[in-house]
Amino acid sequence: MISSLDYATLQQLWWIICSIVCALFLFLNFVQGGQTLLWEVAKTDLEKSLVITSLGRKWEMPFTTLVLFGGALFAAFPKFYATSFGGAYWVWMLILFSFIIQAVSYEYRKKENNFLGATVYELFLFINGSVGILLIGAAVGTFYTGSNFTLDLYNRVTWNYTLMGINLRGLEAAFSLFNLSLGLFLLFNARVLGALYLLNNIDLSSTPDLESRLRKGAWHSFLIALPFLLYILISILFMEGFNVDQAGRVSLVPFKYLLNLLAMPHLLVLLLAGIVLVIYGVLSSTFKKSNKGIWFCGLGTVFTGLVILSLPAFNNTPFYPSKLDLQSSLTIYNASSSMYTLTVMTYVAIGIPFVLAYVVYVWKLMDSKKLTPEEVIHEESY
Amino acid sequence: MLEIDLSMVNWARAQFALTAMYHWIFVPLTLGLSFLCAFFESIYVRTGNKEWRDITKFWMTLFGINFAIGVATGIILEFEFGTNWSNYSWMVGDIFGAPLAIEGLFAFFLEATFFAVMFFGWNRVSKRFHLFSTWMVALGSNLSAIWILVANGWMQNPVGMVFNPGTARFEMQSFFEVVFNPVAVSKFVHTSSSGFLFASLFVLAISCWYLIKKRHIQMAKKSIVVASVFGLFSSSYVALTGDTSAYEVAQKQPMKLAAIEGLYTGETKAPIVAAGILNPDKKPGDNQDPFLVKVEIPYLLSLLANHSIDSFVPGIDDLVYGNEKEGIEGVAPKIIKGKKAINALAFFKQARQENNNQKAKLALAKFKENQKYLGYGYLDKPEEAIPPVAIPYYAFHIMVALGTFFPFLFAVFLFYALKDSLAQKRWLLFIGLISGFLGFIASQAGWVVAEVGRQPWAIYGLLPVKVATTNLAVENVQITFFMFLGLFTLLLIAEIKIMLKQISIGPEEGS
Repeated sequence: MISSLDYATLQQLWWIICSIVCALFLFLNFVQGGQTLLWEVAKTDLEKSLVITSLGRKWEMPFTTLVLFGGALFAAFPKFYATSFGGAYWVWMLILFSFIIQAVSYEYRKKENNFLGATVYELFLFINGSVGILLIGAAVGTFYTGSNFTLDLYNRVTWNYTLMGINLRGLEAAFSLFNLSLGLFLLFNARVLGALYLLNNIDLSSTPDLESRLRKGAWHSFLIALPFLLYILISILFMEGFNVDQAGRVSLVPFKYLLNLLAMPHLLVLLLAGIVLVIYGVLSSTFKKSNKGIWFCGLGTVFTGLVILSLPAFNNTPFYPSKLDLQSSLTIYNASSSMYTLTVMTYVAIGIPFVLAYVVYVWKLMDSKKLTPEEVIHEESY
Repeated sequence: MLEIDLSMVNWARAQFALTAMYHWIFVPLTLGLSFLCAFFESIYVRTGNKEWRDITKFWMTLFGINFAIGVATGIILEFEFGTNWSNYSWMVGDIFGAPLAIEGLFAFFLEATFFAVMFFGWNRVSKRFHLFSTWMVALGSNLSAIWILVANGWMQNPVGMVFNPGTARFEMQSFFEVVFNPVAVSKFVHTSSSGFLFASLFVLAISCWYLIKKRHIQMAKKSIVVASVFGLFSSSYVALTGDTSAYEVAQKQPMKLAAIEGLYTGETKAPIVAAGILNPDKKPGDNQDPFLVKVEIPYLLSLLANHSIDSFVPGIDDLVYGNEKEGIEGVAPKIIKGKKAINALAFFKQARQENNNQKAKLALAKFKENQKYLGYGYLDKPEEAIPPVAIPYYAFHIMVALGTFFPFLFAVFLFYALKDSLAQKRWLLFIGLISGFLGFIASQAGWVVAEVGRQPWAIYGLLPVKVATTNLAVENVQITFFMFLGLFTLLLIAEIKIMLKQISIGPEEGS
């Protein structure tokens, strides 16, 4: 069946697969969000241990998903991989640095003789959760606002945005209010998710202060995230966007993304459902003291993430537009791998549900009992 | 034509080498220790003896410390292809991206999911499921090695693809040819077993230290038995697969073989240099002796390279300047043909832009004549095709010498361990202690042979490293180079300090 799919279908399918991976990553960013809450919600050593151990059992999930996202883009859209990673050098480098320092921090923070001291490792976690997510948001924002590159006849990328004589290589993405707002929305949404996850994962019966701080943390972060979300949504509805015509010419079109939403009403439904789920998750945890908010907010984040990535890629839209040279813009059709490779990779993708199934199975098995203070004190913990 | 900033290329090279070498400190330990932990835990589950559980937990702690920094240093490698080698990523991403994606999907998730069970699941899941998880982590790490070595094997011996002039990139034609590439297969078996070997040396060295200090004697003795058995098997296998690897190199990358042997003038019945010091003044094509001193074993190189004593093994001079008698074409004519291919491709591209089908067709025909030599067209002179000889030469000889020593070491350890007289053999314990470090040297040397020996090519014979880079100002790469150097060094110091502390604390006994 897969071998009978045509090239365009495969290209669309692979953009959807990459979007799903990215959307799952945004959900799993509850780990990153939780990291930024550490100092705020955990005041005693025990509370800190509970928070870090609870997050520490999941830290590899967003990390691995990010690696998979990179691998999937490399395999399916190598021109994007080359153009964005090579072009926006500094954004990606800083994002990666923030993940490098995350990877050791859980394991090393509480170990004796750890050279840098627990506070530095906690700071590493904070940087990963804040700067890392903010920059990822800014990078995703460029799918809407465009980047400053040109591609030559051989698809070699040249990046050109200078400030006081220095080529910023992608850092200028953070100067756009839209990109910055998306980054801040993702950051505060991750904090909401982090707080809700911790409420769900830890047995808080003997640490009521931690519980109330977590509920407050979720609510406050949500209130801060809200205006950024509104700004993004309004901008998307009104902004000029990039369009590819039948002849492959890219031009700027007013209300492009609004037109896309109208042309793809299922995305509109998904977006609204996503936002409602996030709001319900937060409200139920804040006012009904529910501990299941993470699942609603998580699903809502996945839906919203899917829309954020699909909206600028389908309906004759270049997903990685160039402001500098419109005709260098990347679409899912001109940036993809060959038909052969996409077909092979689609066979490979049959494995995704199996991987998801065992991840979910093991997750449920490990989390069937809540994390207790006794466990953190007497057994393996971070 | 393309302008190349050579100093930027070299900084990018240095950065990749730096990050890869740091990563490779930890990865072989992960590959092998994961299996050793699985062995220890299997014995515990079978015997129910708590002592084995303590042994398992102790080695798992060290595994975890090592694993974290392995992951930290690993993420950058995947993305560095994009950030610093974007032209490479574009030109071969159609082939090279697939194994990386598969690695992420099938290997990393296995590791990441079951790692949490392995460390925190002792009282959360059943004993058997815990053991299963430990095995899954071992499987996951080794699966990841398969895919990354498929990718690397393809760089050494590009198969299963074709150059598409329309897109000006290489495109995959046969996934199975890429996966079952003989170079990839021999690389995987050689590299993963070298990881088992290194991890066995690691366990052996730490256990020797305990015996020297007369602490945790029972645990140390038990660990030595398991590590010696695993080490003996894996080191023998490393030697065996090393032979296959050398054969593959001789067949697919004759220049690399000539470099690692310091062979300038090819010969039949070629001897192998067992040990020797290179003449630093030797230049390709001159008449100087390449060696100041050397010890040779007759016929062995011909036998190793072609499995026949009478076979001809080409030297550097034959490969660069050609050898008509042996039917070897020199680099100079290949450069000329390569430049023709580059020009024809440019004409083809231009004609297509102008929608001039006639001109495009002619240019394409011209391109196809010389397409095989495309990569050579980017070289400026024939001597550029030679890797820096001294580095792979010495690295190879250090690796082989150590690789020959290790099986004997494990055999001796196993012998005395079974006689239960290890504790009295202090000289042997000290050798065991130092061997942990020797394992690290051999392991790094192996990659130096593979990667420095591959120069000047990113894709062997098709794409030189200098064309594979991202168009970046040199300062960017210099800054990231020093950022990596600083950060990774800090993390390495932290890792070593934590590791040493855990070793000095030792296993929890009787918990």
